[in-house]
Amino acid sequence: MKRGNEILVSLITLIRKEIKRYLRIWVQTLVPPAVTMSLYFIIFGSLIGPRIGTMDGLDYIQFMIPGLIMMSVITNSYANVVSSFYSVKFQKSIEELLVSPMPNWAILVGFIMGGVSRGVLIGCIVFGVSLFFYPSFTIVNPLLTISVLFLTAILFSLMGFINAIFADSFDDISIIPTFVLTPLIYLGGVFYSINILPDVWRNISMANPMLYVVNTFREGMLGVSDVSIPFALGMIIFFIIILTSACLLLLHRGVGTRQ
Amino acid sequence: MSQFALEITDLKKTYDSNVVALKGINLSVKEGDFFALLGPNGAGKSSTIGIIASLVTKTAGNVKIFGIDTDENFPEAKRLLGVVSQEINFNNFEKVIDIVTTQAGFYGISLKDSKLKTETTLKRLGLWEKRNDQARTLSGGFKRRLMIAKALIHEPKLLILDEPTAGVDIELRREMWEFLKEINAQGTTIILTTHYLEEAEQLCKNIAIIDYGELVENTSMKDLLSRLDVQGFVLDIDKTLDQPPSIPQFPMSLEDSTTLNVAIKKDQSINHLFEQLSALGINVLSMRNKSNRLEEMFIEMVNKS
Repeated sequence: MKRGNEILVSLITLIRKEIKRYLRIWVQTLVPPAVTMSLYFIIFGSLIGPRIGTMDGLDYIQFMIPGLIMMSVITNSYANVVSSFYSVKFQKSIEELLVSPMPNWAILVGFIMGGVSRGVLIGCIVFGVSLFFYPSFTIVNPLLTISVLFLTAILFSLMGFINAIFADSFDDISIIPTFVLTPLIYLGGVFYSINILPDVWRNISMANPMLYVVNTFREGMLGVSDVSIPFALGMIIFFIIILTSACLLLLHRGVGTRQ
Repeated sequence: MSQFALEITDLKKTYDSNVVALKGINLSVKEGDFFALLGPNGAGKSSTIGIIASLVTKTAGNVKIFGIDTDENFPEAKRLLGVVSQEINFNNFEKVIDIVTTQAGFYGISLKDSKLKTETTLKRLGLWEKRNDQARTLSGGFKRRLMIAKALIHEPKLLILDEPTAGVDIELRREMWEFLKEINAQGTTIILTTHYLEEAEQLCKNIAIIDYGELVENTSMKDLLSRLDVQGFVLDIDKTLDQPPSIPQFPMSLEDSTTLNVAIKKDQSINHLFEQLSALGINVLSMRNKSNRLEEMFIEMVNKS
């Protein structure tokens, strides 16, 4: 009981530290997504959107909203963990955690919760911004929406953690977001339905994991999707389990953390 | 509970680069001891400390902290251990008070208790006035104190300091010596690595010397120093000389025209030297050790190994 209470206190301490970290630099962490997404809504939603017409039977701006929220959640949850965990490695303040009695799983959960909280907070901010441009927006399936929001933030926080474990320089923490995540997100159905693509590109798109995340979230918010929801949810949960196991194994072996 | 604060058995470490840092160290440190772990750069001191603190993974061997096997119950062992690393290891952009309070939280100390403990610890180390300063604005000496504050926040029974006074001015160094003596007197076992051998001689009761990953000495400071056969002294004299005086029992050399270097064996009387010099019309104005006694011994041992 005493040990359990100690672990809980240490976990809360780490989560509080992680949240304070990104709130302290809110101009760098919270404001940019709101500004960027406002520009997307103005340009693609209000200016170009009416010329596009409808997508899957919905106003284009309405169709875009879930995609843009997911894009923000993915990039911010990933960025939070990769930059925070790499920074503690770089500054050697990871030693503060390693010398303490905190178990590896609590260290992992602490960083992941930091990423999830930022991802979800940004998601809420972007949703708030979207209501300025489309006030009549209503969420079709709140339970699915919230579930996918959290699952996605967890999944990409875990990916950020693994990236940070293997990173040896600040270049290493920007390569994957720039050259892997961003293209996959943009080609993952944020701005369009894959039904408008020729067969060959539609089939290729089906191999993009972002497509499943974005479409499952869109199903929750709007009730439309290009993919099977049970399959997509199953895959998200499957990858969360795989990545969690990988993170714990890497921490246990001391890869990137202990000499 | 074990009478030993630390027991290390056949500890080995080979890094991925195939560098063999430790070749099988055996070492015991008694509870309440003030212990020096010395050795030249790259000897294996930091690897040993890193393994004890779980910052380095061992290749083989066993570590017990107050009888608790780190392979069996590392969290419990860590609770008894405080480590001051050689390099600064806190977030420079955080406030002093936040760094220490957070460290307490990592040890499972509640926020309310950790605030109280932080206040006590920071006051004890003269950091309370700087509690709201960002760590990056602190001087080198205060950063060192902050490292010690972090290591002490959970009141460990064993404190390991890896070169805690490196780069610290002499005044602050002596303040830290007093502080370490005080906490040792209160029952905290201390293991110290340092390049300042005077520091080890002043503070430590027992000593181990490590070189090329092996222990070359493990004994009491008194015993080690008693083995020093010859000590070098520097004498300032009142006469200007062109060549050193010839006294067969005491080999001498001139450092400059009014300064003599002399080697005195352990069984020789210094009074006898003064008498001999006086007979030659030379008076000694002042006298000091040529180098630290431990330093002479250390160099001798490391050269042998």
